[in-house]
Amino acid sequence: MFDYARAAVEAALAAGATYADARVVIRRQERIAAHNGEVESVTHAEDAGVGVRALIGSSWGFAATGELTDVAAKKAGAEATATAKASALVPGAAIELADVPVAQDVYETPHAENPFDVPLGDKVDLVVGVTRTMSEVEGIAVATAHLGFWDTDKWFVSSQGHRIHQHLVEAGGGMDATAVGESETQRRSYPQSFGHYETGGYEVIRRFDLPGNAARIAEEAVQLLSAPDCPAGEMDLVLESSQLALQIHESVGHAIELDRILGWEAAFAGTSFLDLEQLGSLQYGSELMNITADATIPGALATFGYDDEGTPARAVDIVREGTWVGVLSGRDTAHLAGLEPGGMVRADGFNRLPMVRMTNVGLKPGEGSLDEIIADTRRGVYLATNRSWSIDDRRLNFQFGCEIGWEIVDGKLGRMVKNPTYTGITPRFWASLDRLAGEDEWVPWGVPNCGKGQPMQVGHTGHPASPGRFTNVRVGVKG
Amino acid sequence: MTTDEHPVRDLTDLQALADRVVELVRTSPRAQHATVEANVLVGRTRHGLTRFANSFVHQHVGEDTVSVALTLAVDGRTATAATTDTRDDALRSLIASTLDSASLQPVDPHWPGATPPAPVTREGNFDAATADARPEERAERVKAFVDADRDLRAAGYLDTEATWAAFASTAGQRVVGRTSRATVDGIHQTGSSAGSAHQTSQRLTELDAAAAGALAADRGRRSAEFVDVDPGIYEVVLGPEAVATILTFLGVYGFNAKMHLEGGSYAKIGEQQLDAQLTILEDPDDPRSVALPFDNEGTPRRTYPLVEAGVTRNLAHDRRTARRAGTQTTGSAVPGGAGFGAVPTTMRLVAGTPPAEQLVADVGRGLLVTQFHYCRVLDPKTLVVTGLTRNGTFLVEDGEVVGAVGNLRFTQSFVQALAQGQVAAIGNDDRYADAEFGPGAVIAPSLRLKAWNFTGGARG
Repeated sequence: MFDYARAAVEAALAAGATYADARVVIRRQERIAAHNGEVESVTHAEDAGVGVRALIGSSWGFAATGELTDVAAKKAGAEATATAKASALVPGAAIELADVPVAQDVYETPHAENPFDVPLGDKVDLVVGVTRTMSEVEGIAVATAHLGFWDTDKWFVSSQGHRIHQHLVEAGGGMDATAVGESETQRRSYPQSFGHYETGGYEVIRRFDLPGNAARIAEEAVQLLSAPDCPAGEMDLVLESSQLALQIHESVGHAIELDRILGWEAAFAGTSFLDLEQLGSLQYGSELMNITADATIPGALATFGYDDEGTPARAVDIVREGTWVGVLSGRDTAHLAGLEPGGMVRADGFNRLPMVRMTNVGLKPGEGSLDEIIADTRRGVYLATNRSWSIDDRRLNFQFGCEIGWEIVDGKLGRMVKNPTYTGITPRFWASLDRLAGEDEWVPWGVPNCGKGQPMQVGHTGHPASPGRFTNVRVGVKG
Repeated sequence: MTTDEHPVRDLTDLQALADRVVELVRTSPRAQHATVEANVLVGRTRHGLTRFANSFVHQHVGEDTVSVALTLAVDGRTATAATTDTRDDALRSLIASTLDSASLQPVDPHWPGATPPAPVTREGNFDAATADARPEERAERVKAFVDADRDLRAAGYLDTEATWAAFASTAGQRVVGRTSRATVDGIHQTGSSAGSAHQTSQRLTELDAAAAGALAADRGRRSAEFVDVDPGIYEVVLGPEAVATILTFLGVYGFNAKMHLEGGSYAKIGEQQLDAQLTILEDPDDPRSVALPFDNEGTPRRTYPLVEAGVTRNLAHDRRTARRAGTQTTGSAVPGGAGFGAVPTTMRLVAGTPPAEQLVADVGRGLLVTQFHYCRVLDPKTLVVTGLTRNGTFLVEDGEVVGAVGNLRFTQSFVQALAQGQVAAIGNDDRYADAEFGPGAVIAPSLRLKAWNFTGGARG
């Protein structure tokens, strides 16, 4: 496969590119879904092809073909350069690449049990079984469960001498139960909305213990129908760690993407409230806020050996004791900003142009436990599991909904409440972080459905977090 | 790469490939002792994309991919597979593994059988020049968009896409179709604001990128000085992009037959649920359509009313939900539909007679919203959605736009916003509008609504 990538790069250079790289990608996916005790779908997909980037002046040209032949690879290389040349009609300042080590290496995701080797019947039995358990709870109208696996080989070659083969294995899944009332629906899911994913093998699924949680979440969904609405007003907000993970994703992860900060995603994904002149001085949050982007965390979903530019995985400090100190970057954006490249450029498949994507953007743990945080809270709510998420194009004004909540009164969990929402403005919200649970409750949550780019690409991101408390947050926004 | 240079070039090639896959299924050794059915969808997509930001082209992309999607049933046990590798050996291997997968499953109680023969009456709206558009042709138009106001910063994209598709089934359905689309969508930014514009057509030559750029720049400049208004309930005039977002949510959560069967949709067939001025069609026959003439299951698309004078008339069905509901498919199958259900993909809100300017002129005090951003459902059954305004929100007083306002968050039931008595007027400016989920799926006019619930500002 290296030969196809090399052929594409050489063709791009021969056509006039000043730099070129190519990825041959073969990706296998398996998805198994069940619905109300029956198999809903068993899907296998495989895509394979070569994508080549060519740099001339101020623009990347990119071409992809699903035909893995020497001829097609060369043609794609030449087309990438021709496409970049056409950009000269609307030129900007020349793009340059920050230096990175030129690697020739092999990397493989650690995994104990390749999910594609597990008998299909076992996987089907698992999801069918848990949906049956959920369906048997009176009041549940819809119970679904799914498993998803990716097995990806990438061969990367650059005109600077990179030659890297990576084999990435990812696994995950989840389940949910929906109770339907007269004029509303209530849903509970586990381990988190849309499933939880990690790098690793089938051992990830075994650890979830889906059967042990099926009846519980179904019963909670039914209970929610008759629960009171979440109280409205300003109060202390305790977030369970998977919701805090999404809070990090939306109000930190996207905001620190350097391509957004530079305006390169302005029309679609949006920009950022962050200004590079504030790097090193802006107060992003309270002193408890320590965020890193770390592509080396074992098992986290955005863990790899090298990004799609051949930059080695590493950890980058983003927020240190509340101060903004780092960004997510690639070689071009880092050079433009005068920063070290972060190794955070990835593409969703062979036929997509790589772009800045989150790695494992997570919140370092604090001290104590969720129980201690609740015991320390006089009046507030504890909210769990994301239900909806929305944030403005500069990543300031957010509103999240959760599946479930409980009132906290005098240090104890009180009534279950439904339709909980909370809203805020990013720096003000993070400044109100005053408690953060410790390492024992720190989970490397994986988000498998991050959308960005045009056409929309799906990225896999990781967000380690433990439960935390935020003070005086506006809760209970209603439509 | 021109179309002629691709190994799978045209509809004839694609039909032959689809037929070949069906033949390979029939003759597979694993298929000799069972009843095997198959649906095969073969597609070729050629996509050219020119992205620009900070007033220069920074990303420029070309892609040409052929894919094969296969649904198999072995004695009623189903599995699906997809690949981009169209070589015979790869297809044989895919078929064998998919037959194995299917054989291991329990019987699929909702499998409706392979798609039976049903002719399509048209091939689809297609423009070869758009399919073959060169990067320079796209870049020239981007230049026109950017040059519309060189004092502002422009960002956005211009793309061309052509899709050729063929479908074959073991039950005898054989159809082909093709379509083309070109879109320009971008913003012009001042230091404090942005304005947007959008155009979609079957033909690249019909895009007026300079006009789109001028409109975006005008909106951006008019938004440069803005004030914040208090949250609350306002009368609104929504531009086609904002209306397209509403229609998309109605389609995905309301008209989705699977959602309806499971009790999660607001829709009640035969009831006056929306304002009597509203008629919403699934309309692949609109001459502006950029849809293939058949759906993901090879069923011909057809025009039918979803809402007629405010009365909910139909849902969007694929063959699975139609079987469950005891009705006919509406040709609305989409990829992944077994899990998510069927949704309308060529929706059109029938336009009214007044021009958009008249809608604004009739507002006493309200807001003109050009675009929504990051909308998400809080409850699918009541279609309560939260989201924000973006790229041009204006205060209207006594029929005049008196200035720009900062972006606002809303939390609003879309069904209540469109309920009987809530629609003040529908504009005559219907066109393809870019809902936040992409272009080419919804034709919408401007809409004046009596009440919209804004719940907060977006000032940092």
